[in-house]
Amino acid sequence: MEAFSALVAAEEAAGSFNPDAKNIAAATNAGLAYGLAAIGPGIGIGYVVGKSIEAMARQPEAAGMVRTTMFLGIAFTEALALIGFVVFVLVKFA
Amino acid sequence: MLAERGLIFPPINEILRWQDIFPTFNKIALIAVLASLIGIGLFLLAARADAKKAPTGARNLVETTVEFIEEGIVMQTLGKSGLGWTPFLLSLFIFIFLCNIPGVIPFFQMPATARIAIPLSLALLVWVVFIGTGIKHQGMGYFGSLLWPAGVPTGLKPLVGAIEFISTIFVTPFSLTVRLMANMLAGHSLLVTFGLLTQALVMAETKQAALIPIAILPFFMLIFLTAFEILVAFLQAYIFTILAAVYINNSTIGHGDEH
Repeated sequence: MEAFSALVAAEEAAGSFNPDAKNIAAATNAGLAYGLAAIGPGIGIGYVVGKSIEAMARQPEAAGMVRTTMFLGIAFTEALALIGFVVFVLVKFA
Repeated sequence: MLAERGLIFPPINEILRWQDIFPTFNKIALIAVLASLIGIGLFLLAARADAKKAPTGARNLVETTVEFIEEGIVMQTLGKSGLGWTPFLLSLFIFIFLCNIPGVIPFFQMPATARIAIPLSLALLVWVVFIGTGIKHQGMGYFGSLLWPAGVPTGLKPLVGAIEFISTIFVTPFSLTVRLMANMLAGHSLLVTFGLLTQALVMAETKQAALIPIAILPFFMLIFLTAFEILVAFLQAYIFTILAAVYINNSTIGHGDEH
């Protein structure tokens, strides 16, 4: 991305440009970015599903309603992890 | 040049960008057109069947789908008065599902929704629909209830208004788009990764005796992920549709607490 391009331009100007340097930086930071982005939503989805199973076990007749709400909760929580994945693609390939 | 023979993950454009079949029409467009035509054709076929007899074939499938949308999505979110929304939500669901499922169909091997164009247009369509519904049901007061939920203290109004404005106007279509696109893109690149792993191990040029049997592990993972992708294709279509229903419901009854 822009910061990388600036870095590469600076390295090129200094005459010590290593073509792999950009790829290494991109791969490392992309992996780190996605790994960090997955922690929160992982815990969150576990919590949502765990509580929903608890509710369904306590009150099986409400299972349909709980399941719909659970999917909504998962969708909102999961969005963060998916934005992290988009950031991964942008950092790694753009 | 060891790396040249080993595992090389292709650049992102190689797995996502397709050559034009003829100018301005590539595989993504082909899948989208096929999805619309198959959906329309299936329902026309079902509509021709005799409604008085027990449903068979296409009609059976279509009736199950309509019932699923009515029971699973409309009744759960919009309630009985929202049954008029069934055709809209049904078309959304069918189209998204038929765009997602080519990700695991041989020769297509690409979910059309993994490119941002289709999710973005669908999300903008939903955005226009729920804002239009709000204006229709509540008049211009809709924008007031959109910005300030009932009972906000006057001192907090600027802050709450700004947050609600951003979250309803910008974040809603953005998260709808990114949720669908990133899910399908992630699934597609997972399938590519494990396909490449299997291929690289089978085609190994050194230590074949050890590497070729190991190839069975990524191959089983590939099979498992293919089954998982079928589930994801269905689930993402379901989630997109149910979120559309929730947003429409929010604008018919005033502002809810969900985003």
